[in-house]
Amino acid sequence: MAQTTAAKKVKFIITRQDQPDSASYTEEFELPYRPGMNVISALMEIQRNPVNNSGKQTTPVCWESNCLEEVCGACSMVINGKPRQACAALIDKLEQPIRVEPMKTFPVVRDLVIDRSRMFNALKRVKAWIPIDGTYDLGPGPRMPEKKRQWAYELSKCMTCGVCLEACPNVNEKTNFIGPAAISQVRLFNAHPTGEMNKEERLEALMEDGGIEGCGNSQNCVRSCPKGIPLTTSIAEMNKQTTKHMFKRWLSV
Amino acid sequence: MKGFYSRKLHSLLGVIPLGFFILEHMLTNFSAVEGGAQGFKDSVAFLNGLPLVLILEIFGIFLPLLYHAVYGLYIAFQAKPNNGRFRNERNLRYLLQRVTGVIVLVFVIWHLYETRFQVAVGNVTHEQLGSVMHDIVLNPVFFILYVIGVLSASFHFANGLWSFLVSWGVTVGPRAQRVSSKICMGLFVIVSIMFVWSLFAFRNAEFQAGGEAMLQTLRTFIG
Repeated sequence: MAQTTAAKKVKFIITRQDQPDSASYTEEFELPYRPGMNVISALMEIQRNPVNNSGKQTTPVCWESNCLEEVCGACSMVINGKPRQACAALIDKLEQPIRVEPMKTFPVVRDLVIDRSRMFNALKRVKAWIPIDGTYDLGPGPRMPEKKRQWAYELSKCMTCGVCLEACPNVNEKTNFIGPAAISQVRLFNAHPTGEMNKEERLEALMEDGGIEGCGNSQNCVRSCPKGIPLTTSIAEMNKQTTKHMFKRWLSV
Repeated sequence: MKGFYSRKLHSLLGVIPLGFFILEHMLTNFSAVEGGAQGFKDSVAFLNGLPLVLILEIFGIFLPLLYHAVYGLYIAFQAKPNNGRFRNERNLRYLLQRVTGVIVLVFVIWHLYETRFQVAVGNVTHEQLGSVMHDIVLNPVFFILYVIGVLSASFHFANGLWSFLVSWGVTVGPRAQRVSSKICMGLFVIVSIMFVWSLFAFRNAEFQAGGEAMLQTLRTFIG
């Protein structure tokens, strides 16, 4: 430690919450700067030495993270006002003091740990999977054209991180909007040659309450997606397909 | 009704018939610029000479307006704007669409009370509407409120048309949405200019009411 005391410091203001239903508060931390550090490594530092700015021993800050390379979606938090992945938030590129908050669109479990269950429930609702009978060999499925595979691959990068829901002004406690991520997944699974065989089921799920009608076109989602997924294109495409499906259903009975 | 269909209906009614109505209203008003008091009287007479005019008003304006307003308020108050955190143009338009919607609702109720309602209860005739407007817009406060009202209505219509194109899956990709954005914002400018220009035209002395007796009648409801 001796060689770093004279060096640069990094200041954090972290929004903390002890219990899911208790009030939140902020706590400040000052850490020695290390080259290449990011928000996760800073949180690890606090975990090793949980002493706050006023020199008092405190409980270590809780957070969630897994892959540390922006592919798992676990470490989403609001950093300097923007929801993003903490593992990709390099200290060198952040303005100080660095404000770290949980994504409060989701229920807060503790400190920066949030419960993203609603996203997984939304995926279940829209049937974001390819149903295949695994009891016997069905042989090879239909082939996917390469051109389609290329854009579908972009959609498949979704890691259910919840950043788009945090950015969306229509995902809040007053609505039951499922959010942009699940809508884009319908487009992905409806593009799959085998998934396409059940496309009506997914479109109808989007036409249920809290479905695609919840979009208000603020387009914050596409601007904040850490994976650069064309979410608004997916939403507009699903608008088109649900509209078509609506007329088809009316006119075919 | 399920959310999907009620929202779709809200979106559709905003363009057909309400979008058409606002354009019609814009053109009728503009006859005050083009043809003066007589031109405006002729346009009003033409509209009221349409067959089944009351049916057209009820099913083409009042009922769609009522639905669009009530459901629109529901949408507006469900929003939780985050424009401080996400400063981008589309997000600003998202907020403005909701704010202007509420402003337009208040403005339309006020404007309807001063014009169509007074005609309905027999306080003024269609021919006198030009002078009614003249007296309103000569009041500087009312004039500013009217300018705010027509600007809000123009924006709400033009931006609503943009989001209608997205919500019905007409403009899908980012380029299409960018181009339609420019067209719709151009439309906003044109519609605004025409409405505000007409408001200025109504300030012209030629719209003044004929006799002192009628001014007396007008004062009772303009204040």
